[in-house]
Parts: sequence; C-alpha cells; structure tokens
Amino acid sequence: MTENAATATAVPKAPSERPSWRTALTSAELDTRLLGTVGAIAVIWIGFHIWSGGDFLTARNLWNLSVQSTSIAIMATGMVLIIVSRNIDLSVGSLLGFLGYVMAMVQTQWIPKTFDLGYDRWYTWIVALAVGLVLGALCGLLQGFLVAYGKIPAFIVTLGGFLVWRGLIFRFKKGQTLTPMDKTFKLLGGGPKGSLGDWKSWLLGGLACAAIVGGIVFARRRRQRYELAVRATWIDATLATVGCVVVLAAVLVANRYYWPPNLATQYAQDHGITEPAGGLKISTGIAYPVVILIGVTLIITYLARRRRFGRYVYAIGGNPPAAELGGINTRRIIMFTFMLMGVLCAVSAAVQTARLDSAVTNLGVQNELDVISAAVIGGTSFSGGVGTIPGAVLGAVIMQSLRSGMVLLNFDSPTQDIVVGIVLVAAVGLDSMLNRRRAS
Amino acid sequence: MSVSDRPEPTDATSSRVPLVEMRDIRVSFGGVHAVDGVSVDLYPGEVVGLVGGNGAGKSTLIQTLSGAHPADSGQIRIGGEDVVISNPRDARIHGIEAIYQTLALADNIDAAGNVFLGRELLTRSGSLDDSAMASATQRVMQRLNPRFKNLKTAVKSLSGGQRQSVAIARAVHFNAKILIMDEPTAALGPAETGQVRELITQLKAEGVGIFLISHDIHDVFDLADRISVMLQGKLVGTVNKSDVTKDEVLAMIIMGKQPGQASVEEIAELHG
Repeated sequence: MTENAATATAVPKAPSERPSWRTALTSAELDTRLLGTVGAIAVIWIGFHIWSGGDFLTARNLWNLSVQSTSIAIMATGMVLIIVSRNIDLSVGSLLGFLGYVMAMVQTQWIPKTFDLGYDRWYTWIVALAVGLVLGALCGLLQGFLVAYGKIPAFIVTLGGFLVWRGLIFRFKKGQTLTPMDKTFKLLGGGPKGSLGDWKSWLLGGLACAAIVGGIVFARRRRQRYELAVRATWIDATLATVGCVVVLAAVLVANRYYWPPNLATQYAQDHGITEPAGGLKISTGIAYPVVILIGVTLIITYLARRRRFGRYVYAIGGNPPAAELGGINTRRIIMFTFMLMGVLCAVSAAVQTARLDSAVTNLGVQNELDVISAAVIGGTSFSGGVGTIPGAVLGAVIMQSLRSGMVLLNFDSPTQDIVVGIVLVAAVGLDSMLNRRRAS
Repeated sequence: MSVSDRPEPTDATSSRVPLVEMRDIRVSFGGVHAVDGVSVDLYPGEVVGLVGGNGAGKSTLIQTLSGAHPADSGQIRIGGEDVVISNPRDARIHGIEAIYQTLALADNIDAAGNVFLGRELLTRSGSLDDSAMASATQRVMQRLNPRFKNLKTAVKSLSGGQRQSVAIARAVHFNAKILIMDEPTAALGPAETGQVRELITQLKAEGVGIFLISHDIHDVFDLADRISVMLQGKLVGTVNKSDVTKDEVLAMIIMGKQPGQASVEEIAELHG
C-alpha cells in the first residue's frame, strides 16, 4: 500500500501484532466513550421499537425525537464546558424560563403595545431574539463574575440564580401566559412550516458530507506537511463513509415524515394544486431547531477543541494550579463559560417558547437536571477536565429517547422520572467502573 | 551578610553582569517570615544549588522569581535591569522558565498542549495550530528523550520521567535563559535522573543559568557550581562548591554554621 508509506516512515511501527478491534480503534483515535454512547442509543431505540410493537423507529417518532431533544442538547453543550472547568450551573432552567418570558414580552407586549408598532412586523422576531441573547449573556456574565472574581462557589451563585430568575418572571404581567408568538419567531420551534423541506434538507445533507470528507482530507494533509503520523487510509475512508451514510440516512428519515393531511390539503388549495389520490405528500425535512442545534454543536465544539478558550477550559479542569502557572487568566475563562451558558439558555428559550407558541411561568422547570444529566451521560466528569460536546448532545438524545419511548409505552410521568434517575446513576457508575479498569 | 562578603562565582570575573540578582527578598505568610531578607544571584552558564531543610524557604524564594508567588519586598534584577515580576507571564517575558516540584502539567491534555500551555501556536484564523505544536514538540523531544513517542496521549498516562520530559521540553522550546528546577529528579528513577543530569550539563554549556532546588546534597554537589544554603527563611551563606566539603554544607543546612565554624564533634554528630 503506497498510501501507507508516510505512516511507515513517520512512526516506526511497533512489532506488528495481529490486528484486533482494539488496536484498530486506538489507531483510529476514536473516542471509545463516545462510541459507547452511540451504542447505548442503538440499544434503547431497538429495545423500544420491539417493546412498542414497531412504533418507535418511525419517521414521525424520530422526527419528533429530534425536535424534542434540541432544547436540552443546546444547553448541554455549554454545561460541558462549565462542568469540565469544575463548576456547575443550577440556574439554567430558571434562566431559560426568564429569558423565554422576556422574549415573549417583547413580541406580545412591548413592540405591539408599549411602542404601538403592531404585531408580526418583519423585525419582531429579530428584536425578540436579540434581546433574549443579550440579556442571557448579561445574566450569565453576572453569575460568572460572582463565581470567578467574587470567589463564591458556583453551586451557591447559581442556586441563587435558580430562585432569582424564576422569581423575576412573576414581575411581568403577574406571570400570565403570554401568547401567541410572532409568526416568524414561531418557526424557530419547528413544526411542518418550521422545517427545511425536501430539497433544502438534501442540500444540507450534501454540504455536511462534503464537510466531513473535506475535514478528514484537510487534517490528513496538515499532519503530513508536518511529518506527523497519519491514520491508515482505510480508517479515514471508513470514517468518511460512515459519517456520510449517517447524515444521508437522517435526511432521508426527516424527508419521509410528511405534513399532516389537513395542512397538505390547505397547501394544495392555496397553490392551486389538485391533490392526488391518497393526499399530497409534502416532506417535512429537518426542523429548524435541529439546524440550530447542529450550528450550536459545531460552534461550541470548535471553541472547545480548536480555540485557546477551550484549551484553557480543559487545562483549568485538569489542573487548576498548572493553568495558573501557565500564565492563563483563569478567572476570565471561567466567567466566559458562564456567559456562554447564558447565551445558550437564550437560544433554548427561543426554541421552547416558539414551539409552545407561548411563554408560561413554569417554562424550563427541572431543565437544569436534564441538562446536567445529558452532559454527564455523555461522558462529562465531575472531577473536571473530561467531557465532549458531541457526547453531551448524544446524552440529551438518550434522555429524550427514554422519555419519548416511555410515553409510547404509556408509562406515567413518575415512573419515567424513576427510570431516568436510575439510568443516570447507572450510566455514571458504569463509566467510572470502566475507567478504573482501563487505568489498572 | 553584606553583598561584598559574598564569594564571587567560580569562573566569573567581577565585570560580568549576573543574569539574576535577587536582593533582600522578603515573603511572609500571616506572621511567619517564609523568606526573610535573602539575596542570591546567578550567572550565565552557572548552576546554583539552593539547599535547606523542609520549610527553609527555598521554594518560596524561587517562586518570587517564577511569578508563582510575588515577593512582599525586595529587588529583582535581570541582566542588570530592575524588573517587576508579579505573575508567571512576567517571568516568561524575561526568559525565566520554571519546572515545579509538583509538575505543573494539565493531566488531561497531551504533551504538545502542555508544552505550549498559555503560549499556543495559532493559525492565521486564530485557531490552535495543533499540528505545528505537535511537530515542534516532537523536535524538542528528540533532543531530550528520543524514546518519547506518546505525543497524542493525555500526560496522565505517562511515566514520571516522560512527564518530567514534557515539563523540561517547555523550558527548552522557549529558549529559557534562566531555568528554575524545583526537585527535578524527585519523581524519577535512576535512568531518568541520569537523563535530567545530562540535560542540565548540556543547558549549562549553552549559557543557561540554572537554579537547582534540592534536598539531596549529593545531587547538588554533582551539578552545582555554587551552593546557597537557607535555614528558617534566612540565607546562611553562599559558597563555591570547590571550597567546601559535603559535611561543611550539611553543617550549614542543619546548624546554620559557616564553613570552618562547626567543630569536629558537631560534624561527627551530623553523621549520628
């Protein structure tokens, strides 16, 4: 194999052993923990599919699952950075509620009534979202400042935030339900109209495939240029293929979920199309909130792995004095993780209020527990320094899969909580057991 | 002890400018004077051993130079110029690198990440240039520890010697002019200790000034040109290695006696 010549010259190979799965995995530099999470999702999905008599792995259920996972998953990406740097944020559920409520106030009260500008203006959703994001950043910054510079434990600061943000909701309109949301804003929550549709979903899938292949080739070239060891060609090729297949399968599933018949009929009438027998089939495609989640995951992963900020977050979590001695401004980094968390709460708040088409006082209640659980199930360690962004997103998918599967099976809500609680503890217990075995 | 009493460095003429001059350094924690008016200096290509028992203040003294713990008062001159060192970044600007007793490495990050911690190489877009950092680390390692291959694994899974190599690689890559080594061989086996000693000799030949902190008098005698002895936060004295015996240095460390002052009985007592 001529392609392997570079590998052979760069690293003198260890005496060649029989290639086993283990060595193949090691040389692929894959995260075994992440693979474990993917495996757990597969087991859960197939298990529910069989148990529910074939109701789980349907386009409709998977599409719903994708949308329901987004809000927790978006926040979990930020929670990873917070936990990695040995802190915690208990306020995210309350902050989400507060920010969602403020964004709803902008759309339902302040723009149309206070400023008398009317409903559904072209700028309404932009202003609402911008207010939410900026306010989220400020709330996070305040908490981060108190943790980093005020030296108050994060647990205490965010426990305070947990009470304060929730309490503030009742300062507006005495906590009445605010509805409806702006027409455009509502699309952020998904639904048939808040989705990419057929061809745009394929376009996104195609771009994703191009990015996967391009990224692998680029990383390879770069390492070759510096005469560093590169992975075997077949491993890179397999990774690229698996990545593209998964992406395209996801697009296919999303496109196989069709608009509800009444909406499709409406659409046919509006556009003067005669409905074929059996109704018009309009592909829903990938929902906007899922697109937002993909964007957030890419950005936060980039921050975590490719920027100084992320490197410092992990260094602080790995050995705080070492980070300090390395000349890192640890306080500023910690403060920034909380600010980022605040911004992500605003994004999730927008998705949730848009999906509900209203803001209610108990918006985001208990979300902090789901977000922390998602991060932890996804492999983030409370001892600091360890955790991945994609892992946390998969953790959120596991949490949501369990909940939605149990709904399909008509488990009541207390039973769901019991199961999720047991899974959380079992997952962390298993992980630390495997880690100890790996270490010894 | 006034400055003029201090012995001149072995091979340095009085006209040479010291790399480091620390004058009347004081650090106290609460009411305790951890470092009490200590003055030491260091010339290019010289190893100064800093010895003393536990709590003598040698680590604290050196932390004022590395920026890990700024001095309460006193003067630091680098190459003859007054400088203020209030954090590790200041120290690095003056070419000071420190290898700490506790190995200041981030365990969860790979070797290259640790070598460049706080001074990462960036691409044009401002992202981390991991390949460039790995390549540079590989080059430094070839010189320090040619068997070192685990560039991509988190340093927590490395042996004590390999971890020490990473810490030293940091100092070497950034061309330290002044190197502080706090118990550099404490965590190492004999072979690895040999490597570190070889490296110290090599760096010395390149004109690097080294402060070597150790409680192992044999280590210090083998490597140092001069020895500064501390006791209870104060400097007992600085001696040329060639002028003293190990027993005399031991007497300084334990009893605070100047060379020649300790009686034969007292020296005998040291050997218990």
